[in-house]
Amino acid sequence: MRGLGWVYLAAGYGFILLPVAVLVVFSFQDGRLPVPPFQGVSLKWHAQVLSDRNLMAALANSALVAGVSSAVALIMGFLAAHGLARVHLPGSVWLRGLLMAPMTVSALILALGLLTLFNQTGLRLSLWTAGVGHVVLNLPLCFAICYAAMGDQQKAAERAARDLGATEVQVLWLVSAPMLAPALLAAFFLSVTFSWDEFILAFLLTRFDVTLPVEIWSMLRSGLSPATNAVGSLVFVVSVIAVVLAEVLVFARKR
Amino acid sequence: MSLAARDRRVGWGLVAPALIWTCAFFAVPFAAMLALSFARMEGRAVVPGLDPGNYVRFFSEWALFKALLTSLEITLVVTVVSVMLAYPLAAIIAFRVPPRWQRLALLLAVLPFWTSYVVRSYAWLLVLGQNGVLNKALLGAGLIAAPLEIVATRTATVIGFVHFFVMLLTLTIYANLVQLSPNYARAARDLGAGGVQVLWFVILPLTLPGVVTGAFLTFVLCIGDYITPQILGGNNDLTLPQLIMLQLGRSGNFPLASALSVVLMVVVTVAYAGSARWLRLDRL
Repeated sequence: MRGLGWVYLAAGYGFILLPVAVLVVFSFQDGRLPVPPFQGVSLKWHAQVLSDRNLMAALANSALVAGVSSAVALIMGFLAAHGLARVHLPGSVWLRGLLMAPMTVSALILALGLLTLFNQTGLRLSLWTAGVGHVVLNLPLCFAICYAAMGDQQKAAERAARDLGATEVQVLWLVSAPMLAPALLAAFFLSVTFSWDEFILAFLLTRFDVTLPVEIWSMLRSGLSPATNAVGSLVFVVSVIAVVLAEVLVFARKR
Repeated sequence: MSLAARDRRVGWGLVAPALIWTCAFFAVPFAAMLALSFARMEGRAVVPGLDPGNYVRFFSEWALFKALLTSLEITLVVTVVSVMLAYPLAAIIAFRVPPRWQRLALLLAVLPFWTSYVVRSYAWLLVLGQNGVLNKALLGAGLIAAPLEIVATRTATVIGFVHFFVMLLTLTIYANLVQLSPNYARAARDLGAGGVQVLWFVILPLTLPGVVTGAFLTFVLCIGDYITPQILGGNNDLTLPQLIMLQLGRSGNFPLASALSVVLMVVVTVAYAGSARWLRLDRL
């Protein structure tokens, strides 16, 4: 019984890690196809990918749209959470419901709705129309995280600041935001992760200045290639480094 | 101006940006899409109106309706299989792995999250393909005579989905398991229950709300996904999102695509209503 548990665990890890292992190993393939037999180690595919101008442009686009759209979503989500948590507004349950609604709809439907709107208003598709979509996608998340983090402790501090003559802006900027910093950071990084990896909104709402997932998608059309493995591996390694860094930083702070 | 009224004005001011954004880029587009689903195509032109023709066509044309059934079948299989695989995994990590290693064990179990979604499906192509790792290994071991045809079938789609959702569910179920007080299991053991009995009669019922929440999340994400079935399943056995994208791309039939999206949304809403009794979205 005891041994069976460990066997299951090993099998589970095998299943979970297999595709990523294959992806990384065959990105070093010294041949034209990323399938067995393994013909030797080569870095040419990584080099080719790093010198690919379209890919690097897509990478920059992804970083830009993820950073900006997450910041916009975070600011709006934080302000709305503050407003709804601190002030009793009529119909606040409905307001919360409306703000959370985009989360219950699949991204494909969000994208199709926005595409319809942009078509009807004659707005030209660009990186920024995709950015608008990413804000819609991440706003409920940012709002929910900020709202959940607003406790009584902050409330007392905010009231004290107001009694001492702070304006509303000063309260937000000098008291609430610093006290909620961990939640704000978490919301921001989660948004960046989602936006960075988001495909369908970016696919339908951009035209020429595409993001990285869309560029990788178009690479797939030419079939299996170690170059695609190399892109995937590089994205993977960068993400893991970022996660480990975040983990170390958060842990270092906790201790 | 009274203090309460001043407070309320500040409150509205704070909520306004998010509210306006959500209305302009979620509610209005959604209404536009809904209206569009009742429009007609005449040649390449969209004729607005109140025509239920797209919905009639969906329910009467087998090629269209079949996509909904395919989506539902795949999603149900994926949800059930993923929960059944993830629960033991989460339980082993929560109860067998020493506490100081649990964080690492969990991190390892979701490691593939950190590569991009598109790349993950592509990676399964490398494993399952005709010349892929799996076929080469099985052929080499002499277990099969000819390579298995997995890619471009429903099996490949299911495997790709199960991989993703096992990771997701392991996380959510683990979070539920470690929240349980160990006293329940201790009390059951004092009363003479064996290990399997404790798991089946005590721990499983207590974690059921969390499991249902995870299963609902799986259902919603799975049925709305385009990438995995498109890369792994191919074009033979279309799912509803694939059909929607096909309408957008090749034929430019926005009204029909809108109607299909409305159908997709209704299915998700029904699933929500069905599981709402057990859903604890706050426990995620």
